[in-house]
Amino acid sequence: MKRFALLGNPNSGKTTLFNSLTGSAEYVGNWPGVTAERKEGTYKKCSEPITIVDLPGIYSLSPYTPEEVVSRNFILDEKPDLVINIVDATNLERNLYLTTQIMEIDVPMVIALNMMDALTKAGDKIDIKKLEEKIGVPVVEISALREDGLDELMRVAYEESKKERKGVSVIEHPELCHLIGDVKIALEAQKVDNPLFHAVKFVELDELEMEMHQNLVKMVDDFKKTFSDDTFGTDFDAIIADSRYKYITKNYSPTLKRKHVGISDTKSDKIDKVLTHKWFGIPIFLVILLAVFHLTFSENFLFLGGVLGEDFVSLPGTAFEGVFGEGAIYSPGVILLNLMGVFTDWLFGLIGGLFSNSAPWVQGLFNDGIFAGLGSVLSFIPQILLLLLLFSILEDSGYMARVAFMLDRLFRRFGLSGRAVLPMIMGFGCSVPAIINTRTLADEKEKVATIRVIPFFSCGAKLPILTAVSAAIISHFGFTSSPDLIVYSMYVVGVVVAIISIIIMRGTTMKGETPPFIMELPSYHMPQFKNLMIHLWDKAKHFIKKAFTIIVASSIVVWVLTNFTFGWKFIADGNVNDSILGGIGMLLQPIFTPLGFGAQLNANGWVFIVAAIIGLIAKENVIAAFGVLAACIAGGAVSSEEGVQEVVTIIGATGITWQGAIAFIIFNMTTIPCFAAVATAKAEIPDKKKFSGTMLFWLVASYIVSTVCYLSLTYWWTAIIFAVVLVAVLILIRKVNFKFKKKR
Amino acid sequence: MEKILAEYKVGESGTIKNVSGEKRIRRRLFDMGITPGTNVYLRKKAPLGDPIEITIRGYELTLRKTEAECILTEVKR
Repeated sequence: MKRFALLGNPNSGKTTLFNSLTGSAEYVGNWPGVTAERKEGTYKKCSEPITIVDLPGIYSLSPYTPEEVVSRNFILDEKPDLVINIVDATNLERNLYLTTQIMEIDVPMVIALNMMDALTKAGDKIDIKKLEEKIGVPVVEISALREDGLDELMRVAYEESKKERKGVSVIEHPELCHLIGDVKIALEAQKVDNPLFHAVKFVELDELEMEMHQNLVKMVDDFKKTFSDDTFGTDFDAIIADSRYKYITKNYSPTLKRKHVGISDTKSDKIDKVLTHKWFGIPIFLVILLAVFHLTFSENFLFLGGVLGEDFVSLPGTAFEGVFGEGAIYSPGVILLNLMGVFTDWLFGLIGGLFSNSAPWVQGLFNDGIFAGLGSVLSFIPQILLLLLLFSILEDSGYMARVAFMLDRLFRRFGLSGRAVLPMIMGFGCSVPAIINTRTLADEKEKVATIRVIPFFSCGAKLPILTAVSAAIISHFGFTSSPDLIVYSMYVVGVVVAIISIIIMRGTTMKGETPPFIMELPSYHMPQFKNLMIHLWDKAKHFIKKAFTIIVASSIVVWVLTNFTFGWKFIADGNVNDSILGGIGMLLQPIFTPLGFGAQLNANGWVFIVAAIIGLIAKENVIAAFGVLAACIAGGAVSSEEGVQEVVTIIGATGITWQGAIAFIIFNMTTIPCFAAVATAKAEIPDKKKFSGTMLFWLVASYIVSTVCYLSLTYWWTAIIFAVVLVAVLILIRKVNFKFKKKR
Repeated sequence: MEKILAEYKVGESGTIKNVSGEKRIRRRLFDMGITPGTNVYLRKKAPLGDPIEITIRGYELTLRKTEAECILTEVKR
């Protein structure tokens, strides 16, 4: 089967073309560098099926970024039958720079000139016949988005793939051409494939080439001694890059006729005047962010609560009572959550009915084990998908690239680049897509450091812990303040801990230069509906698969551990203290004494430890576990809205202080995240050592942070000690790094 | 008049004369089309004053001031 590779600049429409050609469903973002690895698909409309390989978007075949190395090695080592070079017509010069490098490889190629519609719309024109003549390879006009010209592209490509093509170079610098010629002859003598490409890269002093052909290094060095350029001295790579662009502007650029000459404001520039405004840019971003969370999580949509009054309940007396609002209208996200809840309750009720005559342990296993676990996870899926949809719209439109641009300066103070903004903010919604998004970070250490702090941006599933425990603290201890205040403070603590951790990591174990921020700002465009749906469906599949595998399995395990004794006897009377999990909880309890929920609590105190352990499966399990445990302790189901009464019962039964309860929230927020997030982190951190380091980091960080919170809330003067220690550590890291730098 | 790109005011434009700096960063700037003889226009600065957004070869590029310090230009009057 023939194999064609897709190669082009980031954001040139490569993945859209790949999806259109192969009928695949890969996600496309309006953010340079969304494709981090190569993907394969099949084109079936030719006389024989053709494998299409989508390579990461790159600007050059230099060896400096992992994407460039992946693409370059694929073309050189795996020798595809043809390269389809996708060129963005609206950005001709820079796109053709890569073309001039591909031309040097001995592989048939076709140029797919994309986004011609956008070019025509702006009133510009490209003389395609003339461009084709100048470049010497076929040029086909396409629109990857509207799927125009694709069959013609593939027809031309198929014909072209039957021919052979020898590499040609556009470099016209007389002395260097001579040197390239000499190196090429030497390489041909060694029977190296693609001699011209390697010769040019070698003269560019490309690190990969120098290693491969050490015997030729002397040849270039000798030449260097006899040569000096007026502008560049002996920087051959600069001369070659310059030579390529000179050739492009001289030969290719005249085929483009622009309507407006000179600098003019495009639509994107006008939008940017507002969205990245000197004073309003960052406030507008904060408002957009709040709007996203309001749409997804608010139980008081558009703040209509005051208008409707406390007694308002939507659809009283029906199955949908309180689904759409209670005391206020719910936001779309909360309504979706409730609807899914109604659906799963109905479904599980129906299935549960089939077991009504079975043994109590069978009923328990299905109702309190599998269904409870599945239900809590399934009901969150629509809400998480809505949040993802809103973030995808922001990303797809091109706005997120602007956010990175605006916040880069701030993030650099912490040792990160502006690109880390997006994954961190997504973390407030769900850690899983946030961790996946760290792929856009160029530097490996920056990526690992970012993944580690993502759980500190408290996700949607942790919100029930925050709200229920905060409300219970207010109600049980009779404070006059609002629970919202505690919830907000918890979010702030999370962000502060994230910032401190980043500074410490970037100064010690994850040290590294802040990577450069040389990034293309894509034009704004309307998000594509199809593309958004592809993305959402992909994520939905992922979550559903997880729910029916890991979550079902772990729910069964937890249920068995809470309902059987060490003697493997079913606990029929609901005395969880005798259960296996109870035993484990009691065993671990003393460890948590400095955190305020350890040995100082009474006999029931182990429930906090058990709840936290269960939370490792899915964070929404923590409050669900309190429900089960409260029922056992109180000797009957305690049921209330959002689990507040359950937590009040637990607080009363264990004798925990409010400081301990807050430390418990913080511990759950900052410790190892849920199964799904851990699995994603493992996939994104291939280095085993760094991954186990990440798990250890989460454990240690949560333990320290919770201890600090508990102690400084209980004994105010300890806060001063902690503050002094923190400042000392930060200064020490700075000093040591400074000295180290000086030495170098 | 010679001027470093990092010292440009918003709305100023010029022609690139030379690019210096660390090998990787310089190569990256070249790859992005920042080569001698090219026109450059400073479109915008980020709200916090850094990074900057330039128009070059008909597209928008952002870079930090530290990177813009490597770019020597001939400013247009």
